[in-house]
Amino acid sequence: MRRLTFDGLQAQPGQVWGGVRLVPLVRDEPIESLRLHPNGFPDPTLDDGYRASCCYTPHGLVAEWTDDGAAVPALGTALQMAATTVRKSRKPPTRLERRTRVRFVPHHTAIDAFLPLSYRGPATAWSEWSTRAFNRGLPQIGDKQFPGHAVEGLADALRIFEIHPGQCGVLVYVADALAAAVVTPHPDDYRALHPTLVEDGFGELIWRYANLYREVPDFEVHLDESAIDTVGDLRAAMAAARREWAGSHLGIMAAGLLDTEYHFTSDYWMAPYTLWRFRPRFNARREDGAARAHEPHVGEAITDDDGRLAFLYTFRLSETQSRRARLLEHLADHDWNLEDTAAAMGLAVPALAARIDATGYGDLLRQDVMDRFRAMNVRFGR
Amino acid sequence: METVADLAAAEDVLLFVNAAIASTGQREFHSDVDAQRWSLEFLHEYMLVNYRDLYAATLTLSVNDRNAATIILRLLQTGRDVSPAQRALEGRLIAKALRALPTNRVYRLFTALRRERVNNRRTRAIMREWLSERPDLTFDAIKYRSAFRDAVRHAHLRVDDLPHTSGDAAGELAAVLFNWRSTGRFRTPQFETWRRAHFDRRAVFELPYTVAEGFAAKHRITRVEFLEKIAPQMTRGERLRLQRSAARVGATGVASDFTDLSRMPLTRLAAFVLALPVVVRESRRAELAGALRAAALRVVGPRAGTWGSVAAVLDDSYSSSGSSEKRRRPLVVALASHFLLEALATEYRPLWLSGDVDPLMARARGVTALGDRILDGLESRPELLIVVSDGWDNAPVGMAAAVLRVWEERIDPARSTTVAHLNPVFDAAGLQVRRLSPSTPTVGIRDAENLPELVAFARFATGRTGIAELRAHITAQVDRWLAEEAPCAA
Repeated sequence: MRRLTFDGLQAQPGQVWGGVRLVPLVRDEPIESLRLHPNGFPDPTLDDGYRASCCYTPHGLVAEWTDDGAAVPALGTALQMAATTVRKSRKPPTRLERRTRVRFVPHHTAIDAFLPLSYRGPATAWSEWSTRAFNRGLPQIGDKQFPGHAVEGLADALRIFEIHPGQCGVLVYVADALAAAVVTPHPDDYRALHPTLVEDGFGELIWRYANLYREVPDFEVHLDESAIDTVGDLRAAMAAARREWAGSHLGIMAAGLLDTEYHFTSDYWMAPYTLWRFRPRFNARREDGAARAHEPHVGEAITDDDGRLAFLYTFRLSETQSRRARLLEHLADHDWNLEDTAAAMGLAVPALAARIDATGYGDLLRQDVMDRFRAMNVRFGR
Repeated sequence: METVADLAAAEDVLLFVNAAIASTGQREFHSDVDAQRWSLEFLHEYMLVNYRDLYAATLTLSVNDRNAATIILRLLQTGRDVSPAQRALEGRLIAKALRALPTNRVYRLFTALRRERVNNRRTRAIMREWLSERPDLTFDAIKYRSAFRDAVRHAHLRVDDLPHTSGDAAGELAAVLFNWRSTGRFRTPQFETWRRAHFDRRAVFELPYTVAEGFAAKHRITRVEFLEKIAPQMTRGERLRLQRSAARVGATGVASDFTDLSRMPLTRLAAFVLALPVVVRESRRAELAGALRAAALRVVGPRAGTWGSVAAVLDDSYSSSGSSEKRRRPLVVALASHFLLEALATEYRPLWLSGDVDPLMARARGVTALGDRILDGLESRPELLIVVSDGWDNAPVGMAAAVLRVWEERIDPARSTTVAHLNPVFDAAGLQVRRLSPSTPTVGIRDAENLPELVAFARFATGRTGIAELRAHITAQVDRWLAEEAPCAA
């Protein structure tokens, strides 16, 4: 699996509010066997139609295990059978005997922890790296996370958004840059998750765009009246306009998400569903020779055995984050050999060392080597 | 042939009339309070400065109570430079409008006049005249005591000059308003009850509900006890309003005994029905539908069944849920319009946006795909197509406009179907009620009861009539309105 596909999902006309465009995704037929964990719903008494063989809980929601599980924080989306318990946790059990909740790390915190995981940390010098990470924490991502509330206009846009019948997902554009994509297996899940979108984290880029671009144009429908003589013609023209819009939307505006190649790592497998984490292949060149992914999205996806997308949650990296990810990927590809990496990136070795230093991984190089590079950089300018 | 200036003037006036009908200066689904107020105040100011005569005349065009009060306030504020004839006409319009306003609105207007320091001779005369026509000043003195007292002070009135209902109250009204603490016992029973309620718990339950509410807080009477005991004093509207909250706190006295919906106005009734949970609506279906039909027939009167074939596109998209201040208001108007049109038309076809066929179960959900439903309505070639919607056509944007344009240009150039768009929501950002398309008339609507007049008025809203024609219509309306006027003293 190298790419994401939206098979079985159709884009519907988007709704614009200020600089935010929300494009609903409607599923041809909802997926019944994978559902949001019942505690994701505000009302615990669910409809009779709720029969899931497998449940998931996205980032930042609270799930309640059916047994007296210990309260362990869970990172990222979890996939579990309907009545799973967490018995073998190595954490000491909580004192509250009846506590059966598992708190998920909220989305914006989770992203901070989640990103380094998908970044491929250093494989050599592991003990130094782990000591350093243990003592001083992971290097700062260098970029603030902005909750949806802070993104200008997003809260209002989500509030007034009118959910389509059968809607199972949304593409969030800020100033027509794709900020996030959400896909759920079932319309009810989407309805439950829609209000939580405003609490998700967004990168600095999106926040900046939201402040800079307060208006995006609405695509208005234009029908060519010269070809229309009957009601049937008019209906056909309306349907054609709608189809054309949906097709061109996924082809053009969502291209950054769908055309990029990703590394997929499968994290959980359960019944027919697989939970994937994905990150872009930063140093892969496309067929036409154009350089790497220009819209870096990372995220999680659940697919079924046919490769159909059941669940998707993405996060768009900011420029700083993607530069850093690109550097780590190059280093990992060449096994942290500085000369090879520098050659692959088309840089001089001291310049590469300066970049490594700037991203917070300078401690991994030997002190004398690093000092030599630093001195060279100072002497010759960068 | 009208000049561009004429058309623009007519458009300005219509803009204001639509806003003054639809907007109440409250939060709407798409815009907040500040935006609504700012836009509305701007339009008031603009009309007052540019078209003062028409501004006063809009009092006759079923503008809502809030805007009627604002118009009166602004007219009274700026009477100085007006010709005596115009001033006399305004005076008559204001007096008539005040009589139609709810009492609390008028007292609030008087308070606003005082706050704005508007105290010219005309204002004082108008206040005096209104107060002297009150049927029961004893009641006003208790229920609106501070506002009444301020009005009396502001208008330089002598309380003894006001006509009274009973002889006993005559000397005591001034005492209640100004120095009740040093007066001792009153001979008027209402006043005496009110006086005793200050220290006697039992007297609280003999007062009108709204007055008693304050005393209940003072005596720390629990909500349950209060509601149980005050129930006999409640008016019909209060009972209806408090039915559910009383049931929540456990006061069964209020909850159980009110089932009579037969005298509710149509729009109020529709709001009441939509506020009920779906289960209750289901179980009381026949009763509710019957009450709505009866209310619609009362509004329609002899016009029932005179409109020929009518189709209506009714908006029940999510945006018709209104705001926390105007809960479900657009949906309420749509539901009331549904029953009204059903009564008016010989052949009626409702088209809800969601595709639902059961109006009683209507709820605000889903997208506003107006284009498809408008075409569904037009396809059956009715004589009249009414669209009740806030005009945020979003699936996709502009489809309704495109459909209406193509329909008029290619399929029905003879215009055998009249289309009118009634919009219950004032769009503050656009300073107007949102239009569907440039060629379709759009008018604001607040209460569904006004729908027939508004549909007749809609012919001015196509942007093709000039100010002269509109002025003639409004003048005729003013003459008609004032002809009903009772001869008055001032």
